[in-house]
Amino acid sequence: MIYLAGIERIFQVGDEAVHALSNVNLTLNAGEYIAIMGPSGSGKSTLLNIIGLLDRPDRGVYRLEDVDTTDLTDDQQASVRRHKIGFVFQFFHLVPRLTAAENVELPLILAGVAPAERQPRVQAALSALGLSGRAKHRPDQLSGGQRQRVAIARATIMQPNVILADEPTGNLDRNSGKDVIQSLEDLNKKGMTLILVTHDPDLGSRALRKIQMVDGKILENTRAS
Amino acid sequence: MLLNDSIKLAIGSLSSRRMRSFLTALGIAVGIASVVLLTSIGEGVHKFVLSEFTQFGTNLIAVTPGRATTTGISGAIISNVRPLSMDDALALERIPRVVAVAPFVQGNAPVEFGKHSRRSYIFGVGPEVPTVWRIKVAMGRFLPYDDPRAARAFAVLGSKLRDELFGSENPLDRRIRIGGERYRVIGVMESKGQMLGFDLDDAVYIPAARALAMFDRESLMEIDLLYAAGSTADEIAKKIKGLLIARHGAEDFTITTQEQMLDVLGSVLNILTLAVGALGGISLLVGSVGILTIMTIAVNERTAEIGLLRAIGARRRQILVLFLGEAVVLASIGGLAGLVIGAGGAWLLGAMVPALPTHTPWSYVVLAEILAGFIGLLAGVLPARHAANLDPIEALRAE
Repeated sequence: MIYLAGIERIFQVGDEAVHALSNVNLTLNAGEYIAIMGPSGSGKSTLLNIIGLLDRPDRGVYRLEDVDTTDLTDDQQASVRRHKIGFVFQFFHLVPRLTAAENVELPLILAGVAPAERQPRVQAALSALGLSGRAKHRPDQLSGGQRQRVAIARATIMQPNVILADEPTGNLDRNSGKDVIQSLEDLNKKGMTLILVTHDPDLGSRALRKIQMVDGKILENTRAS
Repeated sequence: MLLNDSIKLAIGSLSSRRMRSFLTALGIAVGIASVVLLTSIGEGVHKFVLSEFTQFGTNLIAVTPGRATTTGISGAIISNVRPLSMDDALALERIPRVVAVAPFVQGNAPVEFGKHSRRSYIFGVGPEVPTVWRIKVAMGRFLPYDDPRAARAFAVLGSKLRDELFGSENPLDRRIRIGGERYRVIGVMESKGQMLGFDLDDAVYIPAARALAMFDRESLMEIDLLYAAGSTADEIAKKIKGLLIARHGAEDFTITTQEQMLDVLGSVLNILTLAVGALGGISLLVGSVGILTIMTIAVNERTAEIGLLRAIGARRRQILVLFLGEAVVLASIGGLAGLVIGAGGAWLLGAMVPALPTHTPWSYVVLAEILAGFIGLLAGVLPARHAANLDPIEALRAE
């Protein structure tokens, strides 16, 4: 379902060309649970951004669900992000002036879903993550774990096939982190492909498949048996 | 994205920064208020001046001696301008659809009654003046239909002159002296007030032929014609022209229709209104710079939010619409407040200073509100474009 071949991504830093990704080949099947690991600067976030269609590779082929994404227009990419990909970030990225429910509603608003249809979907997404009682709270009235769960509800409201989580527990204490990982793994069990970027080895070892990256290259690609 | 949702999002983010939004909208409000207030005053003056001029009626045509448009002939050549005579006035009366003709000559002379004496305007006119100028006789009657060339020495007083000379006494049938000649008072005019500083009540009306003799003039200063409603000024003017050319042999007179005069006056006054409106526009410009500034700050502050919106599938166009929407909503709210302040101020000014006429035309109000929205759009374009063109990855990193 995700097919990457010969992906190169080069950033120009001053006079120097930095290979953020060089010759990355990766194939993921639907419903997989995969952890991308590596030190900072190893290119794991860049890889995630390319998979999430926020960035374009300089070379190589990326097919998402058998659609070649390299020649999609900006608007088409936005549309793919909206319908097929859910993002979860380290810093939650909730809109501070909106309530939890309104934050979750945002993707539906951008997609032009009618208000009558939006409310039940938002309620369902919040209660699936145990946040029914927090719908009217603003982000600053929520704990870190709750904020990240709101972000997960927002990432899943459009029923995407892929969840991309970039250090989702990086800003949380251990307990909330566990809850958040549990929530993400629950989604994976329901069939969503889960791609987790982390440098926490404990977290990485929970995934069924592990990718170790160094200097923009995939060093190891192991599958737990 | 639904329009309703865009507006809701815009209002939501504006109301989350109440003070800032209020101050920015205030800038636009002051601009719109000053535009509305100043154009209201301009329009008020416009209406006031036009009504001053149309109080004599609108179906008027004035004929004056001499060509108004010079042809470049030197003054050294002997003028062959023929005077406008009483006979001309009589001839004009016979033009079909001309209802009334009023010859006019004006001068200044002392008017004496007993020990009282006063210098006043002397209007040498014909008996049709009340019809042509729309003035009413308050007392007695107006000048009679005498033979215009040998009219009797009758005088009709303006209301102010009557007060000055006679006080509470009955002036009818009293003898007065005008410029040394004896006249009998046969009527008093109703007060007409001032017209552009020209006191019509401080005057005495006498037959035109007598006034010509008194001032030793050959020519009338003007002949005013009233034509029947339903005819156009142009067709009557054409007939007057034909008749007078036949009588004088050349076009040595000028015909001014009330329509022409009002047109010229109207265009001058429109420029006045436009000019004061433009002055108000300067403050509107300042207000729009305020919106530009605030929206630029907002885009910088909310870079991470923009990145997020892009990540969850917002198109560039949607980001553009969101920020443009905020600018337009901000400007429209400010514009609406400005309209209320401006129109209210104009009304208050009109109520408190009745001498200063104000008038707020609704078309200007609608125009001002559209202008406010347009200014918001214009001021929002740069910041909104900046927001839309942000790189989502860079934007997400900002926090």
